[in-house]
Amino acid sequence: MNLTLKVWRQNGPSDEGRMVTYKVEDVSPDMSFLEMLDVLNERLILAGDDPIAFDHDCREGICGMCGMVINGVAHGEQRATTTCQLHMRHFADGAEITIEPWRAAPFPVVKDLVVDRSAFDRIIQAGGFISVPAGSAPDAHSVPVKKDDADAAFDAATCIGCGACVAACPNGSASLFTAAKITHLGLLPQGQPERDSRAKAMVEQMDLEGFGGCTNTGECTAVCPKGIPLDTIARMNADYLKASK
Amino acid sequence: MAVTGAILVLFLLGHMAGNLKAFFGADAFNHYAEWLRTMGSPAVPYRVLLTVTEIVLVVAVVLHMWSAVSLARRAAQARPVKYAAKRKSQANGYATHTMRYGGVIILLFVIWHLLDMTFGAVNPKGFDAEPFDRLVAGFDPSRWWVTLFYVVAMIMVGLHLRHGLWSAFQTLGLAGGRSYGKLKATAALVSLVLVIGFLSVPVGVMIGVIK
Ligand code: HEM
Ligand code: SF4
Ligand code: FES
Repeated sequence: MNLTLKVWRQNGPSDEGRMVTYKVEDVSPDMSFLEMLDVLNERLILAGDDPIAFDHDCREGICGMCGMVINGVAHGEQRATTTCQLHMRHFADGAEITIEPWRAAPFPVVKDLVVDRSAFDRIIQAGGFISVPAGSAPDAHSVPVKKDDADAAFDAATCIGCGACVAACPNGSASLFTAAKITHLGLLPQGQPERDSRAKAMVEQMDLEGFGGCTNTGECTAVCPKGIPLDTIARMNADYLKASK
Repeated sequence: MAVTGAILVLFLLGHMAGNLKAFFGADAFNHYAEWLRTMGSPAVPYRVLLTVTEIVLVVAVVLHMWSAVSLARRAAQARPVKYAAKRKSQANGYATHTMRYGGVIILLFVIWHLLDMTFGAVNPKGFDAEPFDRLVAGFDPSRWWVTLFYVVAMIMVGLHLRHGLWSAFQTLGLAGGRSYGKLKATAALVSLVLVIGFLSVPVGVMIGVIK
């Protein structure tokens, strides 16, 4: 396949940045999106140019490092798929593809397609944990958990913190990410003691970071590679309202 | 947003039901309008409950707009650099993306509507006429453009509530579990009933069923 890429290039945080057009020839439809960028980068390096910087790690859809807005859609149009698991067979030969970083004020661009997602870490630090007295791990079935709760908590726990929800949200809100964490811990018995303070602290940190407000557009769930459901946000709101009473 | 919206939806339901009185003739409608002003009498003086309702509505509208403006401003601050590619909606929620400009259209409509039906300023019969005469004159076939504006505005109201109704439940943390299908269907049904109920009156006047 032959492709035309329009890629956001930005030398550093203070550089203005611009879209640059590249031609990539002989792309195999079996390549992943990142492998296609690797091919382009090798050619750029051979030509003495600066390769395109992008985040990645596991390349198997589980770490949450990768992510770019492809043709206006976070992680591309393929549903429930991270950028690393997106394959070139979903694109037409001769296609023109626009590639941009996540766009949000709390996610400043570090270089090209790499953004700084420490804002997510600070939301987790605000309350996304369970304080337990250290000691040996208790028996797995010593604390019973209802099957429904276990399932919903596990669904929420699959969030990989990639930030696609923020990138896709017309409001630049981080509600789906924060709600996934609050739901995951808030549904389990171990999470009950800190349930209220957790919701309050995490929501407040999220607002403090400069993310926008949620208007329930549902764009986040639609692009989320893990399909985190929108009802996590209702749970977050319920916990937050209860804690603010 | 959710709380003030809920107040406005309750008002709309009452207002729509009241408007249907027009199908029962001039007297029924005028009596209804009079009843609005004498509600609670003799315990409550003339027009007190109506005035209280009007104040609650104005406050609700202002706070609703204030929330909308702050959300829009936060959204603009959260994304100072726009995407170069047109962002394609992945959530196929058409109504969701009409909320902001739809709200502005509804506001313009409410202003026109109050000048028309309440103050009679842009109504052929004026302020001193009976409410029913204002209604019939307002939607006279020769004033088709007024009716058209009402139709467009009501469709915007329908879209606004299509999203707004279930979104309010979500915001208040009352939605959840696997109940979205039912909740969204209810929102769509209530919006549809409101739009049809509201539009039946101007259309009724247009085609001469109400005269
Ligand atoms: C096509 C549908 C509608 C018709 C035929 C209609 C008709 C009327 C009439 C005849 C009155 C005057 C009642 C009186 O003087 O006692 C009125 C008042 C009013 N309407 Fe509507 N209306 C419609 C839709 C709406 C909508 C969608 C809204 C809000 C978004 C709205 C907001 C109001 C308000 C705020 C008042 C004033 C209430 C007051 O003064 O206490 N109307 N309407
Ligand atoms: S909720 Fe989904 S889109 Fe958002 S960070 Fe988690 S995995 Fe990524
Ligand atoms: S590189 Fe780990 S999820 Fe894509």
